[in-house]
Amino acid sequence: MNILVRKYLYGDIPEDNSGGQPQSKNNGSNDWPLWEVFIRNKQGLDHKHVGSLHAADAQMAIENARDVYTRRMEGISIWVVESKYIHASNPDEADSMYDPANDKIYRHPTFYHLPDGLTHI
Amino acid sequence: MHEEKIFQDKLDREIKIEPQDWMPDAYRKTLIRQISQHAHSEIVGMLPEGNWITRAPSLKRKAALLAKVQDEAGHGLYLYAATETLGVTRESTIEDLNSGKAKYSSIFNYPTLTWADIGAIGWLVDGAAIMNQVMLCRTSYGPYARAMVRICKEESFHQRQGFEILLTLSRGTVAQKEMCQDAINRWWWPSLMMFGPKDDDSPHSKQSMDWKIKRKSNDELRQQFVDICAEQVKVLGMKIPDAELKWNEKKQHYDFGQIDWEEFWNVVKGNGPCNRDRLEARKKAHEDGDWVRKAAMAHAKKSKHKKQQTKVG
Ligand SMILES: [Fe+2]
Ligand SMILES: [Fe+2]
Repeated sequence: MNILVRKYLYGDIPEDNSGGQPQSKNNGSNDWPLWEVFIRNKQGLDHKHVGSLHAADAQMAIENARDVYTRRMEGISIWVVESKYIHASNPDEADSMYDPANDKIYRHPTFYHLPDGLTHI
Repeated sequence: MHEEKIFQDKLDREIKIEPQDWMPDAYRKTLIRQISQHAHSEIVGMLPEGNWITRAPSLKRKAALLAKVQDEAGHGLYLYAATETLGVTRESTIEDLNSGKAKYSSIFNYPTLTWADIGAIGWLVDGAAIMNQVMLCRTSYGPYARAMVRICKEESFHQRQGFEILLTLSRGTVAQKEMCQDAINRWWWPSLMMFGPKDDDSPHSKQSMDWKIKRKSNDELRQQFVDICAEQVKVLGMKIPDAELKWNEKKQHYDFGQIDWEEFWNVVKGNGPCNRDRLEARKKAHEDGDWVRKAAMAHAKKSKHKKQQTKVG
């Protein structure tokens, strides 16, 4: 028995030069663009990011999102936005960005000590 | 190195790695391969079951099978999307499958000969997949873990509908009982193979464990699966086709027989009963869909153009 493949990543699927490599191939104009999907699962709640999909236009993105992300009554409203329009904060700057908020404990109600008898506050 | 330390620190503290975070190249490559191969498995996995949609024995069974197969398409999509977060395009990932470069789970290279196979697939194949996927809900890469949580929620119906099919057959006529046992006989061993080679034969999976991509070893998962199935099969009144299957009081686990690794390697290398059919079917679907993708894109461009013109006018 000649065993060529050695490395197993997921269960019984071997790695032998298989699978893609990272690359930044420009989207051919025939590839459908990527969309981010946001779903409100109940009236009164915020839309929440649930995932992404490819579609030719917004209409198709909403229809596909319905089929993929709301097959079990997970939503009553869908937003889609083309992924290229999403801007994100830089994770490398997370320290300087969020740290200053950390020592402002007086922004929290528990910072203030009040007598036990006081109610409704 | 600073970045490497932050990465390791996140792993140690069970903080998920997100797409924008720095990660070692090898970690990224491992994930791209694993997640895309997992995605391919969901997609190719629709073929053996799709074979029975038009021949399901009742409307109820047909609706359930259709819904299950549709779920698998969704699983493929969640996973392709997770792959894309690592910097590969959807097109190139699919191209890797169609060119035969990328692999998918070998289990889908076995044929579905009778209706009972649909039951056996739900019970055993989805059952084994669930075991793997429940573990992967805790994987270290955020988008992969989130896809897994979503998938696991949908999977349990798959396994239950499969078991119910077998249960119905197991209470039927002599011929139906035989059909049920025959399907279990054919799917049992390939299902055990789904967990991959023995731990001693997969030295590289240690790296995946260190990176917390994988959280349990192949043998651990396989043992867990055997223990559960050995009990469940009693409800069916059927037998697992393994003369050595026996409860081991000392280990508190079932002992089980040797897996035919030669068969395993054969199917992996492309010589399973259906390898060629599966790939042909995927390629044909992709090629047949080509004009649809182009037409949709052309339509989208045209209507966008029209809209802009009416705005100007
Ligand atoms: Fe699935
Ligand atoms: Fe499934």
